Amino acid sequence: MILGIDVGGTHTDAVLVRNFQLIRKAKVLTNPTNIMASLLEAAQKLISDENINNIDRIVLSTTISTNAIVQDKTNRVAMVLLSGPGLSPETLDLGKDVYFAGGYVNHRGIPVKNVNSRQINEISGEIAQNQIRHIGIVGKFSSRNPQQEIDAAELLRDDSRHISLGHTLSGQLNFPRRIATTYLNAAIQDIYQGFVQDVQKFIEKIGANIPVYILKADGGTILIDKSMECPVQTIHSGPAAGIMGVLATARMKEDAVALDIGGTTTDISVFADGVPLLEPSGVAINGRKTLIRGLYTKSIGVGGDSVVKVENGDLLIGPQREGSAAALGGPVPTPTDAMIVEGIVDFGDRQKARDAIAPLAKMLHMDVQDAAQAIVKKMAALISDHVRQILAGINNKPVYTIHELLEGKIIQPKILYVAGGPAAVAPFIAENLGYPYSIPDHSEVSNALGVALARTTAEVTILADTEKRELIISEDGRVQSIPRSFALADAVEVGKTTLREKAAGMGARPEEIIMEVTESQEFNMVRDFYTTGKNIRVKVQIKPGLISAGAERVNDA
Amino acid sequence: MPKKIKKTGLIFFPAFDWAISPNHPEREERLLYTQDQVFEEGLLDFPNIVEYKPDLATYADINRCHICVPNPQYLTTNSHLISAGGAITAAKKVLSGDVDNAFALVRPPGHHSMLVAHGARGFCNINIEAVMIEYIRHQFGVKRIAVVDTDCHHGDGTQDIYWNDPDVLCISIHQDGRTLYPGTGFTDDFGGPNALGATINIPLPPRTSDEGFLFVMDNVILPILDEFKPEIIINSAGQDNHYSDPITNMSFSAQGYALLNEKLAPDIAVLEGGYSIEKALPYVNVGIILAMAGLDFSQVREPDYDALRIRQSPEITRLIEDEARNVMTLWKKKKNLKKQITGSAAYIRREKNIYYDTDNIMEKQTETVRVCDKCGGVVMIDSAADTGKRIYAIILPNSCCAECRESGENFFSRMNSSQYNHVYFQDRQKDVFIVK
Repeated sequence: MILGIDVGGTHTDAVLVRNFQLIRKAKVLTNPTNIMASLLEAAQKLISDENINNIDRIVLSTTISTNAIVQDKTNRVAMVLLSGPGLSPETLDLGKDVYFAGGYVNHRGIPVKNVNSRQINEISGEIAQNQIRHIGIVGKFSSRNPQQEIDAAELLRDDSRHISLGHTLSGQLNFPRRIATTYLNAAIQDIYQGFVQDVQKFIEKIGANIPVYILKADGGTILIDKSMECPVQTIHSGPAAGIMGVLATARMKEDAVALDIGGTTTDISVFADGVPLLEPSGVAINGRKTLIRGLYTKSIGVGGDSVVKVENGDLLIGPQREGSAAALGGPVPTPTDAMIVEGIVDFGDRQKARDAIAPLAKMLHMDVQDAAQAIVKKMAALISDHVRQILAGINNKPVYTIHELLEGKIIQPKILYVAGGPAAVAPFIAENLGYPYSIPDHSEVSNALGVALARTTAEVTILADTEKRELIISEDGRVQSIPRSFALADAVEVGKTTLREKAAGMGARPEEIIMEVTESQEFNMVRDFYTTGKNIRVKVQIKPGLISAGAERVNDA
Repeated sequence: MPKKIKKTGLIFFPAFDWAISPNHPEREERLLYTQDQVFEEGLLDFPNIVEYKPDLATYADINRCHICVPNPQYLTTNSHLISAGGAITAAKKVLSGDVDNAFALVRPPGHHSMLVAHGARGFCNINIEAVMIEYIRHQFGVKRIAVVDTDCHHGDGTQDIYWNDPDVLCISIHQDGRTLYPGTGFTDDFGGPNALGATINIPLPPRTSDEGFLFVMDNVILPILDEFKPEIIINSAGQDNHYSDPITNMSFSAQGYALLNEKLAPDIAVLEGGYSIEKALPYVNVGIILAMAGLDFSQVREPDYDALRIRQSPEITRLIEDEARNVMTLWKKKKNLKKQITGSAAYIRREKNIYYDTDNIMEKQTETVRVCDKCGGVVMIDSAADTGKRIYAIILPNSCCAECRESGENFFSRMNSSQYNHVYFQDRQKDVFIVK
């Protein structure tokens, strides 16, 4: 059995799942000042002395990292940057505690200028003087050769300091994003550590010795102990739970779009052949672009409680929210009021809804009923337009080979999944988009189901350079020597072995490790008209999904 | 120094699955390290730098500027349609106002492809800038265009396509043709009889450095552009003037390239040659992108950059100053040259021998242009290649006068095609292309 808990901003939902069957569910209010109490309250509704020993794992989503960043409850961080020449660092918004140090490797990972230990020691002194305990070290091209980051860390390390190294957080290229990622990782260290301790206390309290997993931004799970090294991977855990919830409740193998329509916003996510799409470079949080692998989701300012108004004869919806629907005592007319007037949903005070819409109807020269219909249609049209724009953006994403340009995958959704309170607007959106819709079952606890059933995900990046006779596993910072005859297939093999080990370390069971090669390229390196070696690039991943490939839809027991 | 931020479109298409042959300079690896550098610097995250996917050029797009023998289908692969299409995308984004300027960082290149194309020369099958220029004229009605070819090799293809066109100014700066392929591009190549001064060649001595290039920019190219007043400026942006390029002998740097682009402020830049793929291209391309976007490029430099080592000698400086003076003298008297060159002739003929190094083809060509004071003049070309193909082509210029049109149409209808494999009629003004 699996206990899945989604700690949301308002509610904490918990589910108990056995063989993909939902056994029990519970919903409690989240106590933002005492997450452990919320976990405990929700869990205690589901577990008992009889069933506790049948639980194999507990999986949690958490808003702790996201909230720490958004609410600025973060550690002060000293960033040590080995930036080398190139884009002027002044172009970037780097904050105040930034220390530039010499040292630089090029695009092939070849050192151009070494780290200067005297300079690093001076920086170390300044950091001590400023009493900063968290340090991020980031080198340009450190995912191609991590040695200079490691060298600098050796010089800066002492027991009172916590150090985050850029290359350990992502194998991708992008120096500014690597800086942001490393900064955030260091900045949420303390608060995340506190969270992990709370969870450990919670486990002690329920009196069991069960492995605990955390849901990452990419919808995959990681053992909580492992997550301590990279807390930044747990940002956007909440939205990821929502998308995994769609997977858990909908039987899906095709291209699809999912909408989570809330009070203020609608979150849009996209699935290709039943697999949720990832952000191409990494997720953005609080205006910072990172390299954190995360599920693609776009939030738009249209929801059930959005303000509806008429300006110059045009009907406008959102992006502001000023309270609940007028039918529920709110101050202004909302799409929910229109749905109530139209009779699509049945709750609240219908007369209040009519009264709120009446002035708009007058401005539109319509009767109240027609105005309500116009509002519902307008909301559907706004959401549909965004869906179309998002799909156009994804389908026009630049590619770099002729093969992909001419034969690349084009996403053509076959179905629209809609969840959330105002999901009653779904038929209108589906009509606009031209494909059918579905409102999955258990949508009130779908996030917790997604959390419970998510598999462990991971990615490794391999770069082999047979001219240098070296191979690097970027995320691990591991460099090993290779023979001149090393080929693409060998690199794929190294990638798979590494990924298997890595996933097992994160808590994946062997049967859950289903790998996919997402990039495999081999380039002849020619210098002065002679072939001098091969530049080989491989990425292998475990894509986001449910723990069993043949997962059946969740049904009530 | 605060600069004016510009919205820059980037069409990046490295064609990682295409090469002329495995060890050829024009191979899969060419833009690999450029991609690494552009990605690592995070350039695509700037709000004012927008990346676009290239369109595919159509055969009709190619037939607007080339006479492909026997047809464009035979001469091109998808890679060529994409690189020309990428240039078209760049132009579309600029002319529709989506961006302020755009850089088509695409391959393979095109500036050695001439009006008649029997095959590939200088790694080029079709002239991607010319395909783009004719697209711009056809779709957006732009009339006056300037191409500044900053590749190290003479832009002989672009020059050939616009030799008789007074509305397209082709300026080429390149390593002296006596020392480098294709061996042409001397100052006295100054345009056809109806388009004198619309072709400008500025050959530079080997080992010219930043100082020399920027001197020519300030003292020749910018003054000529000021006077020509183009609606659009295109940088045919080869990167092989770099000091590390393996097949040329110049001493230009990434900083120099960035400064040149800042001064030139092209509306559209299109990648041409440049084969120092590891030591130059990553830095030159980052420099050009930053310069076009109005961002600080002052700290862009190659790992092995050494200003002293690449400094040009005083002798070179003197040669370049003389050259600049010569070009400007010629430019100033361009109006008086026509009478001197044409005399009382109604038609001017030139003979050309064209070698296609990439495909090893030899072509003999006779080009005849009608002397005309109202337009570029109708052009007739008789071309025979050692592939056994012989063709005849009649080309009406973009703003063709009534007399040139009449004589062109008459020639075509009376043309006896028996001794030719094909006879082509290209009407650039009305966008008509007929083969018989």
